[in-house]
Amino acid sequence: MLEFISQYPLLAALLALVGLGAVFGALLGFAAVRFKTEGDPIADQINDILPQTQCGQCGHPGCRPYAEAIANGEAINKCPPGGEATIHALADLLDVEPIPLDEEHGEEKVKAVAYIREDECIGCTKCIQACPVDAILGAAKQMHTVIASECTGCDLCVEPCPVDCIDMIPQEENLQTWHWQLPELGRANVDVIASDLDTDRAA
Amino acid sequence: MRKIFDFHGGIHPPENKRQSLGEPIRDAGIPGQLVIPLSQHIGAPSAPIVAVGERVLKGQVIAEAGGFVSVPQHAPSSGTVIAIEERPIPHPSGFRAPCVVIECDGRDEWLPHTGIDNYPGVSPSELLEHIREAGIAGMGGAGFPAAVKLRQKPGATVDTLIINGTECEPYITADDALMRERAADIIAGAEILRHIVGPAETLIGVEDNKPEGIAALRAAAGDSGIEVVEFPTKYPSGGEKQLIEILTGKQVPSGGLPADIGVVCQNLGTTVAVRDAILDGRPLISRITTITGEAVAHPGNYEVLLGTPISHLLELAGYDATRNNRLVMGGPMMGFTLTDTAAPVVKTTNCLLAPTEAELPTPPPAQACIRCGLCAEACPASLLPQQLFWFARGKEYEKLEEHNLFDCIECGACSWACPSQIPLVQYYRASKAEILQQRRDHDKSEQSRLRFEARQERLAREAEEKEAKRAARKKAAELKARQAATGAENEDPIQAAIERAKAKKAAQQQAAGSESEVDKLEQAVVTASKRLQTATAKLEQARAEGSDLVDALQTGVDKTRAKLEKAEQALADHRAAQGNGGALSTGAEAAPVDAAQAAIEKARAARAADADLSPRDKARKQLESLQQRLAKSEKRLADSRNAGEEDKIVEALEASVERLRDKIAATETELATHAAAENH
Ligand code: SF4
Ligand code: SF4
Ligand code: SF4
Ligand code: SF4
Repeated sequence: MLEFISQYPLLAALLALVGLGAVFGALLGFAAVRFKTEGDPIADQINDILPQTQCGQCGHPGCRPYAEAIANGEAINKCPPGGEATIHALADLLDVEPIPLDEEHGEEKVKAVAYIREDECIGCTKCIQACPVDAILGAAKQMHTVIASECTGCDLCVEPCPVDCIDMIPQEENLQTWHWQLPELGRANVDVIASDLDTDRAA
Repeated sequence: MRKIFDFHGGIHPPENKRQSLGEPIRDAGIPGQLVIPLSQHIGAPSAPIVAVGERVLKGQVIAEAGGFVSVPQHAPSSGTVIAIEERPIPHPSGFRAPCVVIECDGRDEWLPHTGIDNYPGVSPSELLEHIREAGIAGMGGAGFPAAVKLRQKPGATVDTLIINGTECEPYITADDALMRERAADIIAGAEILRHIVGPAETLIGVEDNKPEGIAALRAAAGDSGIEVVEFPTKYPSGGEKQLIEILTGKQVPSGGLPADIGVVCQNLGTTVAVRDAILDGRPLISRITTITGEAVAHPGNYEVLLGTPISHLLELAGYDATRNNRLVMGGPMMGFTLTDTAAPVVKTTNCLLAPTEAELPTPPPAQACIRCGLCAEACPASLLPQQLFWFARGKEYEKLEEHNLFDCIECGACSWACPSQIPLVQYYRASKAEILQQRRDHDKSEQSRLRFEARQERLAREAEEKEAKRAARKKAAELKARQAATGAENEDPIQAAIERAKAKKAAQQQAAGSESEVDKLEQAVVTASKRLQTATAKLEQARAEGSDLVDALQTGVDKTRAKLEKAEQALADHRAAQGNGGALSTGAEAAPVDAAQAAIEKARAARAADADLSPRDKARKQLESLQQRLAKSEKRLADSRNAGEEDKIVEALEASVERLRDKIAATETELATHAAAENH
């Protein structure tokens, strides 16, 4: 063995390399089979980022199909409910540059919740059939109502209503949802008193 | 002497505490109105239990705790509830929130209350219940319900109970005033907490800039075993984690709680409130608030009823609005600007700061970061503020979390240290809130996704069920058809004959042309005539009523009639065409060409006739036919005998005649019983 190596160093090195290549190739092949991932993991990850409003504004019948389309190379800026934050997250995930929202599909709006004016509802069940997340309760000829906590604000129930009794009520900021905003650069809009630097003037 | 530790970073801003310590604590009195926000604490808002117009006594519960992490609210003075509505509250957003408004009667009448005489004999959990019912929430910081914080996980042991008397933020002296004037109460409160928590040691941590307070506390503590620990002044040593590190040298792990390392912390003001609740039965209805700043003439500490409008306090202190550039609730480092002086003092209002512009200048516009690293040096949480600043600007939330943004205690030390006047802490507050919001949104969207998928599944399942039902129906129909074909003998012979004839006819028609065409045309005629009937009926009705729809209906009837005629014509044409082929039945009236068909028709007619008869008539008819058959058979028998036919045939005929006679006899008795039945 040693003799062979010292006699034919080049051949020995070659053999060693080939051998290594074969071993690692086998290892990789085994790993590929053993740790095979189910489904389309990238589409799942994209779907996880999309807002799940299921409104179809992106031109797909729901978020999942759009996620699959993105995985297949469609632009990442077609989801208005997700808006800038979603585009950023998608850009991060896919390692591409964030692009502004494609206005053709709609603008980023304040999130709204559907509200049925119950005394005008005729109980036609049309809105129930339209709601992608089963957020409307009701039965034929009975008054219908929206479970506000489940409504995604997708707008889809508004159009089918024959008596036009569904309003989309924008969700105003309240005490629970209020939070500090990022300060605007170069503007002294800061209410934090934390920069009391002028020690001379302070008594 | 106890070993004192140090924490990383920290700053030394001007203290500005002397101004408000010139005089003892003053009573702020009873204002005309008290406004009690339902949410003065962290956790669920409390739920009002009084009605508008109701008279309430001082100390009476006006709102119950709205959950486990929640506290009740009490009436701070006697009076009448005049409203439960949205009022301005002290909050950086400037929003309004639901409040109970009490119009005070000035009598300050107490609800009868008594303390617990011998609290060491009472179990900690019962004492905690008292603390909760007294509405006590942390009075130094965010207002976390004290009872929740003091409640221990089963099996956990507490080494150290720390009473936080640090009060490290500039200007604020509320706790200092308490130490000077109510040291005995503080010690009493600490003893109650010690009884509840059961720690190995109880410490009161105080910065060395409060020598009077420390002296008073030490005197009051005596040999109670409660140790008053003094340590060098540095901002923000009052941060819970920082204080724990100073006193014990232990660090609370990132994202962990003090309880994880066996420490429980309580604020000094809260300690006094606990004492009042347990020993006097007095709920949390007032607190000490510092009013200071150059824009007030009489800075100092005031004992204020909760719910007192801030404007009332400012008036007491001689506030000069013209000299004040902004009114701050809290200290200069962690406070926020108040937008409305109608907002009330709440459980967490430790200070009102009314500085002049010279005293607390509006921060100049921020400059670019020069990467000096002063912020990182100042940060007590050992973070990298300039890094966080970059990530916050780029909205790189993942990176922010990786850099432990959530360990930031929002102390503002970095902003204070920054030579470029970058409002760093503002970025962190905004980013933290944004991340929390995103987490909530993500939870919500996850829920939506599940609901969406559940719906998709449901729809698919429903479609499948429908399909399965349809398939089952189809199969059943096929099975029936097969049974009809194979098991025809076992069934009604006429039906079987019909089936056979049909099959035959179908076979014939397949050769001759399409039966379906005829069926279709027949169907068309039937429906058209039906429609005509209803249309005419309607027309008649309209005529009778003199409705103005008559014309419209008339055209409708005409049209339908035209259609009917057309359909009939089409059918006739088709039949004529098929008739040439000669293999078709052309309706019931047409001469039956098909023998099988004819037999079927006859049998059907007979059966139809039978069906209408009464049992007696049926029996009589049967008798008649039997008698005919008997006559025929007898004739046949006679013929055979005369013809001298084989014995076998004659015997057979005789037997059948015999059988017929029996049958006739049976039918006759049947007929008799029917007759008897009918005659009765
Ligand atoms: S626009 Fe956005 S929220 Fe609407 S269906 Fe498409 S991906 Fe979903
Ligand atoms: S209730 Fe209307 S707006 Fe809300 S999720 Fe259902 S369809 Fe969309
Ligand atoms: S505000 Fe946060 S980042 Fe700035 S010094 Fe304080 S703990 Fe550190
Ligand atoms: S102190 Fe200010 S200028 Fe210096 S590194 Fe920090 S953020 Fe940048």
